[in-house]
Amino acid sequence: MTANRLRRPRRVHATSVLLVVGLLAAAAAVLLPIAIIVFTAFKPTAEVNAFPPTLVPGEWTLENFARIFDELPFGRLILNSVVFAGGVTLFALVFDSLAAYALARIDFRGSRVLLIAIIVSLMIPFQATLIPIYQLVADLGWVNTFAGLIAPRAADAFGIFFLRQFFLSLPRDLDNAARIDGASEFRIFRSVILPNAVPALLTLGIFTFVNNWNDLLWPLVFTTDAEMGTITSGLTLLTGPGGIIPQGVMMAGSLIAVLPLAVMFLMIQRRFIESVATTGMK
Amino acid sequence: MTTALHRTKPRFRPPAPLGGRPLQRRPARRGLLALCFLAPALVLLGAFVAWPMLSALRLSFTDSSGFGSESWVGLENYARVFTDPAVLSALGNTALYAALFTPAAVIAALVLALALNHPRLPLRGAFRTALFLPFVVSLAVAAFAWSYLLDPQIGLLNYWLRGAGVQLGNVLQDPALAMPTVALVAVWKSFGFYMVIFLAGLQEIPGSLREAAVVDGANAWQRFVHITLPMLSNTFAFVLIIALIAALQAFDQIYVMTGGGPFGSTQTIVMEIYESGFRELELGFASALSYVLLAITLLLSLVQFVFFGRREQDAQ
Repeated sequence: MTANRLRRPRRVHATSVLLVVGLLAAAAAVLLPIAIIVFTAFKPTAEVNAFPPTLVPGEWTLENFARIFDELPFGRLILNSVVFAGGVTLFALVFDSLAAYALARIDFRGSRVLLIAIIVSLMIPFQATLIPIYQLVADLGWVNTFAGLIAPRAADAFGIFFLRQFFLSLPRDLDNAARIDGASEFRIFRSVILPNAVPALLTLGIFTFVNNWNDLLWPLVFTTDAEMGTITSGLTLLTGPGGIIPQGVMMAGSLIAVLPLAVMFLMIQRRFIESVATTGMK
Repeated sequence: MTTALHRTKPRFRPPAPLGGRPLQRRPARRGLLALCFLAPALVLLGAFVAWPMLSALRLSFTDSSGFGSESWVGLENYARVFTDPAVLSALGNTALYAALFTPAAVIAALVLALALNHPRLPLRGAFRTALFLPFVVSLAVAAFAWSYLLDPQIGLLNYWLRGAGVQLGNVLQDPALAMPTVALVAVWKSFGFYMVIFLAGLQEIPGSLREAAVVDGANAWQRFVHITLPMLSNTFAFVLIIALIAALQAFDQIYVMTGGGPFGSTQTIVMEIYESGFRELELGFASALSYVLLAITLLLSLVQFVFFGRREQDAQ
């Protein structure tokens, strides 16, 4: 009895220690590639190429950051990434929420068929229709333009479905009260539904922004001019066989590519994780 | 896709105004209204989803190169998908990639979610943040970092492993190791995402079940096998299918790390579509391959949809 009482807190302790040790090892392994990006970005080239390799720089330098702006039109690439990912997010939120409102709140003929069509189309991987989309964009003369990068993604079947589900969860009394007062449907959408749907819009916005910021194949296909690429696609120009760019410069570029999302994630962790988790469930 | 398809009825209906239909505009007007709201999205989805679907289908029966004349070749492109050794090898490589990536990512996600969900774990938030962080890193950037870590001359990980007696050599030039390496990079990036979904599933298991089992004298392993696993089976199947679908689309880190090599050993379906469509301009053939990818993905989505649709109806 006494032995039991004495042993109990000890066993609890052992489980916690085991868990913490295991998770520390896992976290260290997982964070190693991120650490190598951060540390190498600040290492002088001589140290990067030295043997044996080290993790933490002996001497810290900013030369890699200066050089990445010489190797690539990097300022322009950052701007392109912001306009592309931001533009897609903004347009998709507007168009998706409008369509979702009609599907959630207006009882019209054919709404069910339309909903099924939207659900089927959200299962289509974009890689499978890339060639005809490219042909269409090329016919419009939109290759190497923001229009070409953004327009094909400015409405998204998943976003429509996701927002429709959220709008349905809002109580009808909210908008019915406005309807009795004679408000137009657009007025109800803008002043009643949207303000109540801010969490869902944020969630979809984060998810869309991250996906587009990080996408490689899309900017690779729709831009051939180095000035129109994104950070992600621009950096790949420096690798490959015969890539003579020092790793420090690559890592400086990589750090700049990761930083905005990492900062956003660390600032709004809970919301961020929820966002990718709930929207990932498609 | 965990939400029901049918409209959910509001639990409370406001009283209808005297006579007439409650708070609904006339049918013709409603149709027009709906159209106004739907028009921008429908035009865009029509142009960039529906039309490309039909267009890819038509292209897949031609020898189009994007310019000049094209002729109808019937099922020739599809025949090539299933006979050309290079394409068969890409299909096989994609299957191998999926077989490496999916179980590794799903099991790592499950194990770490269980650890994070343990009631006696301190610093839960910090661990969750650290483990989820790779998700914000693009696969391309992840590929740069891993290529550097594994570099045979100046790679830190390679150096450490050599110190521990493991001779990896140049993994990206080794036909046997290149595929496991590019799969590892994807596991590193995505397991945190699946882990978060598992965590959400774990939190839905009622605590009373666990307590009842403790009272009945079940040990930790028995509780895991008889409570946690069965209660998590839904989430597990869901994660498994989305991980499989993601595996079929492998491209970014392969493009960066190996370009499909060495000797085509990491050439996947999407790599093949990109190369045949945008480098060799064999649009007909690339479209046929796209349709094969589409068919496999739709089949998996359908399994998921039917499976979860039924589960949901059972639950209601």
